[in-house]
Amino acid sequence: MEFAISVLISGISVGGQYALIAIGYTMVYGILRLINFAHGDVFMVAGLLGIYLSASLPLYLALPLVLLLTVALGFLIERAAYKPLRAAPRMSVMISAIGVSYLIQNTATYITGGQPMTYPTIPFLSDTVKIAGTSTKWVTILTPVLVLILVLALTQLIHHTKVGMAMRAVSKDFETAQLMGIRINTVISVTFIIGSALAAVGSMLYFTNFQAITPTAGALPGLRAFVAAVVGGIGSIPGAVVGAFIIGICENIIKSTQFTVFSDAGTFALLILILVLKPTGLFGEKVTDKV
Amino acid sequence: MLKIENLHVAYGGIQALRGVCLEVPDGKIVTLIGANGAGKSTTLRTITGLVKAQSGSIQWDGEQLLGKSIDRIISSGIAMSPEGRRVFPDMTVLENLKIGAYLRKDRGEIEKDIKWVYELFPRLEERSWQLAGTLSGGEQQMLAVGRALMSRPKLMMLDEPSLGLAPLVVQDIFSIITQINRQGVTILLIEQNANMALKIAHLAYVLETGNITLSGTGAELLANEKVREAYLGKHKG
Repeated sequence: MEFAISVLISGISVGGQYALIAIGYTMVYGILRLINFAHGDVFMVAGLLGIYLSASLPLYLALPLVLLLTVALGFLIERAAYKPLRAAPRMSVMISAIGVSYLIQNTATYITGGQPMTYPTIPFLSDTVKIAGTSTKWVTILTPVLVLILVLALTQLIHHTKVGMAMRAVSKDFETAQLMGIRINTVISVTFIIGSALAAVGSMLYFTNFQAITPTAGALPGLRAFVAAVVGGIGSIPGAVVGAFIIGICENIIKSTQFTVFSDAGTFALLILILVLKPTGLFGEKVTDKV
Repeated sequence: MLKIENLHVAYGGIQALRGVCLEVPDGKIVTLIGANGAGKSTTLRTITGLVKAQSGSIQWDGEQLLGKSIDRIISSGIAMSPEGRRVFPDMTVLENLKIGAYLRKDRGEIEKDIKWVYELFPRLEERSWQLAGTLSGGEQQMLAVGRALMSRPKLMMLDEPSLGLAPLVVQDIFSIITQINRQGVTILLIEQNANMALKIAHLAYVLETGNITLSGTGAELLANEKVREAYLGKHKG
C-alpha cells in the first residue's frame, strides 16, 4: 500500500513537470500549427542556466534570472527562426525547429564540454517530508499544486483577458484576426513567452529531482511532454495537463516493476493505443464550423 | 474619402489588378461589381493591407494607406466584413462583437455600440451567449457585419454579404446596409448579386480582369445594356 502511494505520488509529480513543458508544445501548436521541436532544449537550457547562475549568485536572484533568460531565449528563437517563415509551408518551419534544436544542443555541448553538470539543491524543495507513511521530497508534493495554480491562471488569461481573446482569435484565423486590428506577431511572441516561462519553472522542479544535466537532457522529457500533449489532444491546454499526468503516472508504475527499461516504450504504446481509439486525443479540437 | 489611383497588385504569379482607379465619397454606398476573378476581393484586401500592392496609391482622407500596417489602417476608421463571413466559431456572439472593438479603449462607448448592434440585429441579442459556429448562415453574416461595426468605422467594406443566403435574408441584410449608411457610415460593397447591389448604390463600378471598365450611378448601370447582359442575366429585348 505504502509502495503504491509512493509510486502514485511520484507519478503525479513527474506528470506535473511534464505538464509544464507540454503546455508550451500545445499552445504553440494551437497558434502556429507548429511542433516546436526546440522546446525540450529550451527546457534543458533553463536547467543549465540554473547551474551557471546559481554558481555566482544567490538562489533568490538566480532563479528569477533563469526565468527571464529562458523567456528571452524562447522569444528570440521565434523571431529568428520561425517569424521569417510565416508565409512558408509548414514543413519548412518544422525543419527550422529541428535545426534550432540541434543548434541549442551543440552549443550546450560546446559550452559544457558534454560533461553532465549537477543541478544545485534548492533548499526546502529538496527537503524530505513524510506523507501517508512514505517519505518524499517537498518538490514532489509542491509540483501538482503549483501546476494547478499556473494552469488555472493561464485559463483565466485565455478566457477573460484581451490578450487571451486575441490568442484564441489568432489560433482560429490569422487573416480575420488581423482585420480586427490584432497584431499577430505580438500574440505569437506572447505565446512563446508563456511557454518558455512554464518550461523554466518546469526545469527547476524537474532537475531538483533528476540532478544531472547533459546537453541532451531536454530531449527525453521534451519528447514525453510532447507525447502527453498529443495524448491529451494537441492544441488543448487542459488536454496537455491531463495527458501529462497520465504519462507521468504510467511511467512510474512501469518503473516500479521489473520492466523499468521499458518505461518509455510503455509511454509510446499508450500513445498508439489512445490515437487508435481517439485520433484527435482525449480533448482534441472540436469542430463547430457550420458553413 | 477613399481615393484609389492606378493600383497594380499581383500575387501567386497572377496580375490581379492592372491600374484600378476609383473613388469612395464620404457618406455614400459604393459598389464594385464584376465576375469571379475580376479582382474585387483583391481590391478590398489591398485596402486593408492584407495584400501588398506593386504600385499605385490608396489615399484615405488625404493619407497614404499603402505601406501602413493592418492594425493602423483598421484604427484609421476602416472595417471589413470578409468574404465567407469568417466569424470566430468557438467564441460566443458577444465575444465576436467585443473582438470587433479590439483596438478601442473606451469601455462605456463599446457597451453602447453593442446595444446599437443588437438594435440593428435583434436576432444577435437573442443568441448573445451562443457559439458563433452554431448560428445559421444569415445570422453569421449579421454577426460579421455587427463585428465590423464595433470598430466604429467611417468606412465599412463588405465582401459578398449575400453569398449563399436565402433571398429573404439577403433583402434583410441589404436593408440594414442602407440603414447603417443613413447613420453616416460610408459603404464599399462587393457583390455578385449585381441587381441588389446596384439598387442601393449611389455610385457603382464594373471591374473586369483587373480594370475598371464602367462607372456611374447605380441607376445608370442598372439601365446599361452591357451591364444588363453581362451581370443581370437579361438578354437584349
